[in-house]
Amino acid sequence: MSFGITRIELQEGPATRNAFGDALAEAGGRDERIVVLDGDVHNSTMTGAFMERFPQRSYNVGIAESNLIGIASGLAACGRIPVAASFSTFLLANAFDQIRMSVAFPNLNVKLVGSHAGISIGEDGPSQMAVEDIALATSLPGFTVVVPADGPSAKAATQAMLERSGPFFLRCGRPKVPVVYGNGAEFHLGKATQLRDGDDVTVIANGIMVAMALDAAEGLAEHGISTRVLDMHTVKPLDTAAVERAANETRGIVVAEEHLCWGGLGAAVSMVVAERHPTRMAFVNLGDTYATSGKPDELLAQFGLTPDAIIDAARRVLKD
Amino acid sequence: MASTQTHERSRLEDITTRLRLDIVRSTTEAGSGHPSSSLSMVELLTVLYFDGVLRHDPGRPDDPDRDRFILSKGHGAPGLYSVLAEAGYFPPEELLTLRKLGSPLEGHPNMNRLAGVEASTGSLGQGLSIGIGHALAARLDGRSYRVYVMTGDGEMEEGQVWEAVMFAGNHALDNLTLILDHNAYQQTGAVDDIEPLEPLEDKFRAFHWEARTIDGHDLDAVAEAYDWARRIEGKPQAIIARTVKGKGVSLLEKEPWKWHGKPLPKEEADKALAEIGGAA
Repeated sequence: MSFGITRIELQEGPATRNAFGDALAEAGGRDERIVVLDGDVHNSTMTGAFMERFPQRSYNVGIAESNLIGIASGLAACGRIPVAASFSTFLLANAFDQIRMSVAFPNLNVKLVGSHAGISIGEDGPSQMAVEDIALATSLPGFTVVVPADGPSAKAATQAMLERSGPFFLRCGRPKVPVVYGNGAEFHLGKATQLRDGDDVTVIANGIMVAMALDAAEGLAEHGISTRVLDMHTVKPLDTAAVERAANETRGIVVAEEHLCWGGLGAAVSMVVAERHPTRMAFVNLGDTYATSGKPDELLAQFGLTPDAIIDAARRVLKD
Repeated sequence: MASTQTHERSRLEDITTRLRLDIVRSTTEAGSGHPSSSLSMVELLTVLYFDGVLRHDPGRPDDPDRDRFILSKGHGAPGLYSVLAEAGYFPPEELLTLRKLGSPLEGHPNMNRLAGVEASTGSLGQGLSIGIGHALAARLDGRSYRVYVMTGDGEMEEGQVWEAVMFAGNHALDNLTLILDHNAYQQTGAVDDIEPLEPLEDKFRAFHWEARTIDGHDLDAVAEAYDWARRIEGKPQAIIARTVKGKGVSLLEKEPWKWHGKPLPKEEADKALAEIGGAA
């Protein structure tokens, strides 16, 4: 896939789900407490590598997400570190009450990992596309919510998730994605990663929108516009200081994400901006509608998730 | 021998009386809550906690080897709290703080606020899955504790319960016992009129469980059922306990469909306390 990127060269890397799966299998050798529960999609979520290496600590619980979450809750209460994996929408949307009651409310150390998030899964269509999962996960008190942009940061996020105590949601995607953490950029949980500095406008993005934001920044530079790009991988707890600096030091903020407009990164950033330093903002997301089947690049273009959409949004922000 | 048995029997009967008094008093004082759903579980919990079935130590509620009791029917909280107070997890006078601001005795159990509460419940259908997590942890950690989960009968309408029943049977979790408080009524009417459960034993057996039905108010039958459950190898066990909603208070027993989630008004509570008997 091209993700509409035409102005910059980025090395193609693994899908975030693959990077997660590799990091999980590695961590399994270091920490005996890790147990994997998968809803019969381990060859999609990529927990399969762990399951093969540590069969005694792996459970395919079948297509039963509610039970999956409850079992994870009990294991966590006994000191285990359960990693509960499925397609993101089947985990968050199907088992939301179980996540609320059996994980969030008792504040248990359960790690939720959802793969196949967003519309970039392509042909399988809307039933499989998690586009409300960030709204659902961030609504839960005590949860950490992370959307990595590429392989290296997904691996770092997985390690951070397993080391941090408390409920956690890691959102992964299906397609291979360009590497944006190639030039020594470091991933720190809860801290936005500044991938490019600029003083006219800031693009705050996560997931697949980060690479597009870098491409858009290059396009804006051609028009003499200097763009700061922040990878806001951690939606919760949000790096409010980075948002405040962006609002203060640049003339406006664009938030780009592969999620519906309600309750995602855009909403989270807006709360900080409104309270700390009101400025002009624009949003690139899926709006308030479901997508369709199609090729991933076709869908991203049709539903407005492209570098050009980010460029247009930046120009709207900067217009007097 | 016979006199020892009689003495033991009367000790347990005294406990059931105290628990019933506590349930009525605490819910009437709170002005809300589920006394009738709590009264039906009294004998089941009395034998579990006070006849040497559940291995637990109120002084060490986090002991990794303790047996677990998970109240999946979280609205039975007043019953659970009465048991935990009787067992010594907290002073009995705190029972009268039920549902009040600042009290750890919340309307439904909160595991992070009260020692002895193994799971935060109240959204029905979730406790058996949580119990499976504890049972699997016992296997992984090589521990010999047992896990007891109590559900209501209306709660069996939740799909998650059957996901859990299927998993536990397929994984041969013989350290897991389900106690089904089959008091025959749910919030608005009889389970039989809303979503009949029979044949219940057959359902469990079809999912590779052992199952038996008992009179859930007969202390000897309850004790025997727990013995039976502990002896079974290779399968989880379901104890289907036929009980009476509101047991011990004739007003509640008579029209259970009118009393779900309703405490007795003060005057009725006084009559109920007298009816339950024992020293006040």
